[in-house]
Amino acid sequence: MIKLVGILIVAVGFGLRFNTLLVVMAAGIGTGLVAGLSFNEIMALFGQYFVENRFVTLVALLVLPVVGLLERYGLRERAEMLVHRARAATAGRVLLLYTAIRQISISLGVNIGGQAAMVRPLVAPMAEAAAKLQTESANPAGRAELPEATVQDIRAHAAAAENVGNFFGEDTVFAVSAVYLIKGVLDAAGQKVGVWSLSLWGIPTALVAFAAMAWRARALDRRIRHGAAERRRGAP
Amino acid sequence: MKLLSLNFFYVVAGIFLALVAAHIAMDRSHPRRWGSALFWGLLALVFLIGKSVPAVWVGYLLLVLVGLAATNQVIGKAEAGPSLAERTASALKLGNRLFIPALLIPATAVIGTFLLGKIHIGGVWLMDSANVTVSSVGLGAVVAALAGWRLTRAPARTPVVEGGRLLQTIGWAIILPQFLAALGGIFAKAGVGPVVADVVARALPTQYAFIAVLAYCVGMTLFTVCMGNAFAAFPVITLGIGLPFIVQQHGGNPAIMAAIGMLCGYCGTLLTPMAANFNVVPALLLELKDKNAVIKAQVPIALTILAANVALMYFCVYRF
Repeated sequence: MIKLVGILIVAVGFGLRFNTLLVVMAAGIGTGLVAGLSFNEIMALFGQYFVENRFVTLVALLVLPVVGLLERYGLRERAEMLVHRARAATAGRVLLLYTAIRQISISLGVNIGGQAAMVRPLVAPMAEAAAKLQTESANPAGRAELPEATVQDIRAHAAAAENVGNFFGEDTVFAVSAVYLIKGVLDAAGQKVGVWSLSLWGIPTALVAFAAMAWRARALDRRIRHGAAERRRGAP
Repeated sequence: MKLLSLNFFYVVAGIFLALVAAHIAMDRSHPRRWGSALFWGLLALVFLIGKSVPAVWVGYLLLVLVGLAATNQVIGKAEAGPSLAERTASALKLGNRLFIPALLIPATAVIGTFLLGKIHIGGVWLMDSANVTVSSVGLGAVVAALAGWRLTRAPARTPVVEGGRLLQTIGWAIILPQFLAALGGIFAKAGVGPVVADVVARALPTQYAFIAVLAYCVGMTLFTVCMGNAFAAFPVITLGIGLPFIVQQHGGNPAIMAAIGMLCGYCGTLLTPMAANFNVVPALLLELKDKNAVIKAQVPIALTILAANVALMYFCVYRF
C-alpha cells in the first residue's frame, strides 16, 4: 500500500495546483524512496527514462518552426478563406469530418494529424471560420466577430476531435503498436490470441466514438446558433 | 548503418532548442531572459548529448529544469508579431500555395511509413525501420520547413524566431509528457501496478460476471487517469483483474476482453491532465484560458464510449 504514495502525491499536487513538473518529480522521488532506492539511483532512473523517451517530445518540437513560419505568412487566415467558399460548412461538421479522416487514416497505419501540426494551424481556424459563416447567415446585417467564449469552446472541441480520431481509429483494421502490446501481454500470460481478432473487436467502439463525436459536434453547432440568435435579440 | 536515424532528428531538435535559447539570451526586452534561456539551453543539451553522458547527470539537470519551471522563470514574451492585416495580405498573395508545406508533413509521413523504411543500399539504410513512423514525421517537418522557407522567402532566422514564439506559448509543459513517461518507468520499477490490482480485486464481488467486466473496464479507465497512459495501465489491470476474473473465473474470450479493455483505457486518457501531450499541451497551444477546457469537452464523449464498452464487453465476451 505504501507504494501508492506516488499516486497520492500526484492527486494532492494536482488538486492544490502546484507546478505539474514539481508534482511529478516529487511523486517519482517519493515512490523511489519507499521502494528502497537511494536519491542518486532515483535521479539516474529519471535521467535514463527521460532520455529514452525523447521521441515523445520530438515530433511536437520539430513541427514548430514550419508551423510558426507559415502562421506568420497567413496560413490560419488562408484556411479561414478556404472555408468561406464552402456554404454547408459549420464548425461541428468541420470537426466531425476531421475526426473521420483521422480515424480512417490511422486505421490504415498512417498518422497524419497532431495538435501542433494540424489542429492549431488548420483545423481550429477552419472551424472558427465556419462558425463565423453560421452566425453571419443567421444575422446577415452584421459581420460580427465571434464572442471569446465561443472561440474557446470551438478550440477545445477541435483538440477533442483530434484526440477521439487518434485514439479510436488506432486499434482497427491494420494492427499497430497498441495491438502488438496487447498481444505481447496476453502471450506472456499464456493466452494465445490473433492480431486480427483484436483488430476486429476494436471496430464497434470506433463506431461508438464517431457517434459520440457527432453528438458533441451537433451540440456545439447548436450552442453557436443559439448564441448568435441571442446576440441578435439583444441588439436593436 | 542508418542515414536518418532517430538520433539525427534528436540533433535537429537540439539545434532548434539551442538557437531559441540563444535568441532569448540576446533579447534584452525578454521578461525572464536568463531563466528562460537556461531552461531551453539545458533541454537542448538533453537532445544533443543526452545519450552520451551518465544518466544521473541528466537526472540532476532535470532538477534544475523543474526548479526553473516552478519559480516561473520559463515564460514567453507578449510579442505583437505581424498584424492581422499583414497576415491577411500575405495569405492573399501566397494563396493556396501556403497549404503545400503544411500538407508536406502528412504526405512525407505517409510515404515514409510505407516506402522509406524499406530503402537501403547494401547495409546502409535510409531510415531506422524500428522507428519509421516517428522518423517519417520528423523528416516531414524538416522537408516542410525548407519548402515553407523557400515559398515565403523569409529571412533565415524566421523559422527559429516564430517556432520559438510557439515553443514559449507552450512553455515548460512541452516536456511534461516525457517527464510523465519517466514517472511511469519509476512506478513500474517500484512495483506500483500489482498493488493497485490487488486492492481492486479484494474490494469487489467479482464472482458476478457483470461485476468482473465492470471492474476491468472501469479499472482500466481509472488507472489510466492515474498514470496518464493506457499502455502503462494495460498490463497491470489485465493481469490483475481481467485475466483472473473474466477469463479464468468466468470463461470469457481474452481477445474481446483485451481489445475493448485497451479502448476503456483510452477513455481514461481523454479524462486526465496526466495525459499532458493530449490534453494540457493543446490547451496551451490553442491559447485556451481554462487549462482543463479540452478535458471538459471530452468528458461526455469519454463517458459515452466507456458505457458502450462495458455493455459491448458484457454481451460479447462470454458469448464468442
